[in-house]
Amino acid sequence: MLTITDLRKSFPSPEAGGRPVEIVSVAHFALGAGEQVALRGESGSGKTTFLNLIAGLLAADSGRIEFDGTNLVALGEAARDRLRAERMGYIFQTFNLLQGFTVLENVVLGMSFGGGRVDRAHARSLLERVGLGSRLQHFPRQLSTGQQQRVAVARALANRPRLVLADEPTGNLDRRRGQEALALIREACAEAGAALLLVSHDPEVLGQFSPVRDFTELNRPAAPSAT
Amino acid sequence: MTLPLILYRSLRQHALSTLVTAGSIALAVGLLMVVWMVKAQSQRAFVETSTGFDAVLGARGSRLQLVLNAIFHLEASPGNITAADFEQIRRHPAVKAAIPLAVGDNYRGYRIVGTVESLFTQVEYARGRRYAVQPGGRVFAGAAHEALVGSFAAERLGLRVGDTFQPYHGLVFDPSHQHEEIYTVVGILEPTNTPADRVLWIPLAGIQNMKGHDPKFATDLSAVLLQLRTPQAGFMLDMMYNRQGNRLTFAYPVGAIIADLFGKIGWFDRVLALVAYLVAFVAAGSVLASIYASMSARRRDLAILRALGARRHTLFAAVVTEAAVIGALGAVAGFIVYGALLTGVARIIRAQTGVAIDVLAWHPVLWVAPLAMIALCALGGIIPALKAYRVPVAETLAPTS
Repeated sequence: MLTITDLRKSFPSPEAGGRPVEIVSVAHFALGAGEQVALRGESGSGKTTFLNLIAGLLAADSGRIEFDGTNLVALGEAARDRLRAERMGYIFQTFNLLQGFTVLENVVLGMSFGGGRVDRAHARSLLERVGLGSRLQHFPRQLSTGQQQRVAVARALANRPRLVLADEPTGNLDRRRGQEALALIREACAEAGAALLLVSHDPEVLGQFSPVRDFTELNRPAAPSAT
Repeated sequence: MTLPLILYRSLRQHALSTLVTAGSIALAVGLLMVVWMVKAQSQRAFVETSTGFDAVLGARGSRLQLVLNAIFHLEASPGNITAADFEQIRRHPAVKAAIPLAVGDNYRGYRIVGTVESLFTQVEYARGRRYAVQPGGRVFAGAAHEALVGSFAAERLGLRVGDTFQPYHGLVFDPSHQHEEIYTVVGILEPTNTPADRVLWIPLAGIQNMKGHDPKFATDLSAVLLQLRTPQAGFMLDMMYNRQGNRLTFAYPVGAIIADLFGKIGWFDRVLALVAYLVAFVAAGSVLASIYASMSARRRDLAILRALGARRHTLFAAVVTEAAVIGALGAVAGFIVYGALLTGVARIIRAQTGVAIDVLAWHPVLWVAPLAMIALCALGGIIPALKAYRVPVAETLAPTS
């Protein structure tokens, strides 16, 4: 379902006098339909950039990201946006809920930008699934951090995605809530038939996954050239 | 439903700035519409208010002053004309009707005008409309100390049929210059929405013989209102009085003289319009400023929407539409401002000139100004919309790890 080949991404670096420094260089990575894989990596190792490239939030410099038979690298920004809206879900460490929108509206917006119909009943059922059926009209600020992450999970699944990307989803939660959130993400993805690619540096999180891939082995960016 | 939801939530989230901005737009739109309506309606009303007469004959002087004095009951009379002059014009074959007027007194600031009964019984003050006396009243008779009071003056002075009053000398109210004569109100005119509504009408002889007025000029008149048989007669009399004679002034045609006045004070309209335009631009600028100022706070929300799959042009459209919606809210509220302002202005104009402004009248500015303001606001939304368009998603949402 997802096959990555020779993917490269550089950013201009002030430390390198504004010259591009390679952040991501992944020769090969594959993820099957419905598979759940964790990537282990320390802060600054390029994990988030890798997820953003897969999500199409960033344009790759070169390589291929084959997702359901489409090479994202060859697509323009609008087409990548559409693909993400229709077939991907994204769970952020900081939840990134829209504070001015209700819980239900946050989830509804998760299915609003694809080509499909907005299904409020599906949004409600997802929120009931994550235990927030009685909080539909609440605003994110009225919820605990654990509840907010559950809204983020429901939102990521709102468009019935083929792939869910999770970037340190438990990073802002305490241990118990982190475990609960992780279990929820895994169960919800399994129920929805969505593949899950999760990045984390937390051994407790990673311990629950098999396989766990080491991102520092996967990602081999070129060392900055000396001036 | 996505765009309306985003708009609704954004407006709710920034409710205070939305209200303040919409308020300033309401003022701008209201002011623009009032300026145009007052200009258009007052000009039309003044030009069309001939009170049924084609021309005015008076003492040598300004035609405009003569018309303002005899038709609008404003300004002082340029001087008197003799009874012989009146007889001459009255008997002229080109003249259909001649109504003499004598002014010089007031009652608490409202003019007292001496004239003849036929003004109220034979003359149409507008096409198909004759003066009418309210039930229970009648027109003054002959040389009696009787008065027929215009509806506006009666209302303001609290005069009713049977009431009496003592005139004051001069056109400006001075309590120390009261005449001895006592006049009785015998009738109140139905409203005509003309300057006649502000006048207390008494018999011609009443003014002419008022104690304190110089008896030498007891037969003199202030002006003669004229209906002509043909337009050509006007040009003929213009030649006779204005070109060949040098004692009298023949003001003809009445509408053109007033139009000429508006031409002369056109600069005032332009200044008002300029002020209204400036207010409109400032209001549109306030939309730009308020949305632009909130862009930093919205940056994260915009990035989240992008991460959920919203296209750049969707966010651009959302911000431009939001600016237009604020403009539309302001434009709608502008009609309330317009109604309130125009009602006040109309009241002042009516009190000062007797000319009625119709607050409910239609004019193209009533759709042009709101639509132009909405378009201007949408235009003002383009700059913050470009900022929304350019929000870098990955950079805004999460630090690179």
